[in-house]
Amino acid sequence: MSLQVSELRVYYRTLKGEVRALDGMTFELGDGEILGLVGESGCGKSTLGKSLIRMDGRMRHVGGTVVLDGQELPIGDDRAMNDFRFREVSLIPQYAMSALNPTRKLRKMVTELLRSRGSAVDTAELERRMDQVGLPREVLDRYPIELSGGMKQRMVMVISTLLDPSLLIADEVTSALDVSTQKAVARALLGFRESGYVKSMIFVTHDIALTHHIADTIMVMYAGRLAEKAPADVIVKAPRHPYTKLLLDSLPEVGVRYADRRLEGIPGSPPSLLDPPTGCRFRARCPIAGDECAQDPPVAELAPDHHVACWKA
Amino acid sequence: MRRYFSRKLLIYGLTFFVAVTVNWLIPRFMPGDPVAGMVARANVAQPEAVEAMRAYYNDLFGFDQPLWQQYVNFWGAMFRGDFGISIWLFPTPVSTVINGAVPYTLGLIIPSVLLSWVVGNRFGAYAARRKLLDNTVLPVGYVLTAMPYMWLAVLLAWALGVIAGLFPVAGGYSFSMRPNWSWTFVLDLLHHWTLPFLSLFLVALGGWAIGMRNMIIYELESDYSNYLSALGAPARLIRRYAFRNAVLPQITGLALQLGVLVAGALVTEIVFAYPGLGSLILKAIQNQDFFLLQGTFLFIVLGVLIANFIIDIVYVVVDPRTRAGMAGAQA
Repeated sequence: MSLQVSELRVYYRTLKGEVRALDGMTFELGDGEILGLVGESGCGKSTLGKSLIRMDGRMRHVGGTVVLDGQELPIGDDRAMNDFRFREVSLIPQYAMSALNPTRKLRKMVTELLRSRGSAVDTAELERRMDQVGLPREVLDRYPIELSGGMKQRMVMVISTLLDPSLLIADEVTSALDVSTQKAVARALLGFRESGYVKSMIFVTHDIALTHHIADTIMVMYAGRLAEKAPADVIVKAPRHPYTKLLLDSLPEVGVRYADRRLEGIPGSPPSLLDPPTGCRFRARCPIAGDECAQDPPVAELAPDHHVACWKA
Repeated sequence: MRRYFSRKLLIYGLTFFVAVTVNWLIPRFMPGDPVAGMVARANVAQPEAVEAMRAYYNDLFGFDQPLWQQYVNFWGAMFRGDFGISIWLFPTPVSTVINGAVPYTLGLIIPSVLLSWVVGNRFGAYAARRKLLDNTVLPVGYVLTAMPYMWLAVLLAWALGVIAGLFPVAGGYSFSMRPNWSWTFVLDLLHHWTLPFLSLFLVALGGWAIGMRNMIIYELESDYSNYLSALGAPARLIRRYAFRNAVLPQITGLALQLGVLVAGALVTEIVFAYPGLGSLILKAIQNQDFFLLQGTFLFIVLGVLIANFIIDIVYVVVDPRTRAGMAGAQA
């Protein structure tokens, strides 16, 4: 097992109190596995991604452990975590377009970054990786402003994986891209795993269709908790959790005209995590909720590798 | 690049033309007649002699010609390097008077502007990361930067000069001395220079420190800083990048502030009776000395324009984004 997360709790400090963005997440990620992490905005998927590499100032590690390759990650300790960043865990941020220092040429920036982490730049290796994602080599002698959005994105992908991290977190990397670039990015990420630049990957997104193409496993989160986790095909074709089903139903299908039937979303909105309701958190919006849902549903393995947190599943 | 600079030069040329024209206009619209003053100074009683003197001076300064002719003559003379003859110090040429004052003004302005900028930036960047400093010293910066130059100058002269008796409060050097290249004279010069320098330095320092503090905080929270932190880059590297990027708006600020700083220096000179251009302007106004006033203003306008042009060049060198803009010819 590459990554084991157990009972992870991360809260946000706000003026009104603590927001329980992650409230007891438990899951595992195998070597070479790509995990697609999906859910609505505010379900905690970005918080999970951030918790695994760098918490921002408002986040607090309340409980639970993260073990990567047999070593526990000191996720609550910003300084101690530095040893693991980039080498063991790396990140392709949501803001890849603005992630590069605008006043440094890329070659210089990469050199300085690697030197600060005690590594030297292997130019041949760097150029090979740039070739792999289709970046011309002269990009290294340019400033970030001279690159297109897609080029910046790919450059960030190359930089983030230069030290061959064990786990790569790709946070909403495709949200700002058009469809053809999305495809290229997805292909590049798969290529990285094949070439062994990264061992496993967490792909945070709200695009289930795209996740289906690149992820081995899909994990659906709801209100800071795991709702369902299963192999990608199973999630898409035979979901068990009512939330996953509704999420899939709200996607448009190719070739279907929505003249007769209006595309329905999921009525209602996710509960406030400032003071979350007891029992199943999806209860208020769930069409099949019953009395037992007043109790917290445990995460049960209904079939091999198919984990669902629902009484009715 | 060429297009950018030729465009900039055109703008500077236009500014120069307008500024010089205004310089020429202002003294001529001041109430009072300089020739009448000179004649009165001569203390002549006979009306014929007064009339003859008036005619002589009017002819000498060219006041008998129509205004437009005076204006054209003025431009012509300026390009020959002739700024006319001072009325106040008649018959010393204006250029000689200005030459005597310029070293004092430059010696005051250049160190105070550059040092306050460098120290203010360093200090602001440092304070941005220290809560204690941020809460104690920066409020002092706000007070300093809100202070009018001459008021701080008066305060300093009173506290350090009159009460403590540490520094002289007037003149560029002791009245008992003659300028020469001896150590005693240089020390005396520095001694007189300290207070005017301090008042200029302190007021500007507060402003730069505050600006830099805000810029650094903004840069440290920017995406590229977050990305570097997420990759475990040491704080030193991130701060270096942040500082370098935060300095760019400060350079623009320097260009914008230059005129204000020069004006502040002139007023400060007057407070300390420092023999620079500021004191010269005051004297020129008091004596209706058109030519001296024109000459001094011209010098200041030239100085500010040249300094701005240098900053423009520096900016192009340090910020790659301006160069990218030039390629698209948007600059």
